[in-house]
Amino acid sequence: MSTVQNEWPLFEVFVRAKAGLDHKHCGSLHAPDAKMAVQLAREVYTRRQEGTSVWVVRSSDITASDPGDKDMLFDPAEDKVYRHPSFYELPDAVNHM
Amino acid sequence: MTSTSESIRLNLTPPVRYVLRIADSCLIHAQRLAEWCGHGPVLEEDIALTNMALDLIGQARSLLTHAARLEGQGFDEDQLAFLRDERNYLNLTLVEQPMRRSSAHAPGGDFADTVLRNFLLASWLKSIWSRLISSSDTELAAIAGKAVKEARYHQQHAADWVVRLGDGTEESARRMQAALTRIWPYTNELFVRDGVDAEAEKSGLGPARDGLREDWLGQVQPVLAQACLTLPAATPFVSTGTLGRHSEHLGFMLAEMQSLQRQHPGGRW
Repeated sequence: MSTVQNEWPLFEVFVRAKAGLDHKHCGSLHAPDAKMAVQLAREVYTRRQEGTSVWVVRSSDITASDPGDKDMLFDPAEDKVYRHPSFYELPDAVNHM
Repeated sequence: MTSTSESIRLNLTPPVRYVLRIADSCLIHAQRLAEWCGHGPVLEEDIALTNMALDLIGQARSLLTHAARLEGQGFDEDQLAFLRDERNYLNLTLVEQPMRRSSAHAPGGDFADTVLRNFLLASWLKSIWSRLISSSDTELAAIAGKAVKEARYHQQHAADWVVRLGDGTEESARRMQAALTRIWPYTNELFVRDGVDAEAEKSGLGPARDGLREDWLGQVQPVLAQACLTLPAATPFVSTGTLGRHSEHLGFMLAEMQSLQRQHPGGRW
């Protein structure tokens, strides 16, 4: 059996639009390694001035929640309105929170 | 019969020649890189090659506009790019060599040729741009200030590939070494000196080519060593593209590049 790898690994790309903002996930690409992934992310995702900083991470290094567990994980939060801090009377000074 | 527009005749003073040599090298190198558009080995690199071609076309546009101003007959960048005869193009012979497609009389046309040539030229252009920043010609200095950043990136991107493939599999190493052997003799022209260089150096317009070799080798040799590639022996051959005497490949390329502008002069879309 051949040990040659024909497919490059997949990387997820995160781009920061400008200083102070957070890095946002914007897509994925194939690259031979992380260093080249940064360069190719620059080519693919920032050619129209979208970014000032790029992060990449191997897609296989991301552990995701199982879509099948959606009911169990997220639905129970639906009727817990008391978890939102919307029942407090705010003084005028902090009215724009 | 379709009418075609006639070639323009330039008054090629030494400063005009000096700027055209760089402009045309950028233009023709860009045209070769652009041949990869839609044919890259992977989608991401296809985009990278095309982006670099566009950077180089941008540099060529600025330089051609400036050359036209120095030339003084009121031509514009399009006329300079598309309405000159082959003998009036002053690009390095290296940039007109086939890069993607090979033919019986022109071996090469390999991704190895592409990354190596791109690396050697980006290093050369980076050397030139970083000196042109202090040109006595403020317009040229401004163009250089923008272009040097682009050249730095092109160099790094290409160097990564050179190391990856040179120090890669047995086949990639063999093809990289073959490409280096093909390309190396053409690099002599990057460092010859003639009257145009001497006058540019004297007037402060820009560096003479012979003064760039040491800096270039300092950038190139460590990468080639890291890529486990052996420098071919020096040859006395010096190509003559910057004098307007080209290899057989430029004519075919110009025919393709110029056909639209020749048939629809000033055409826009």
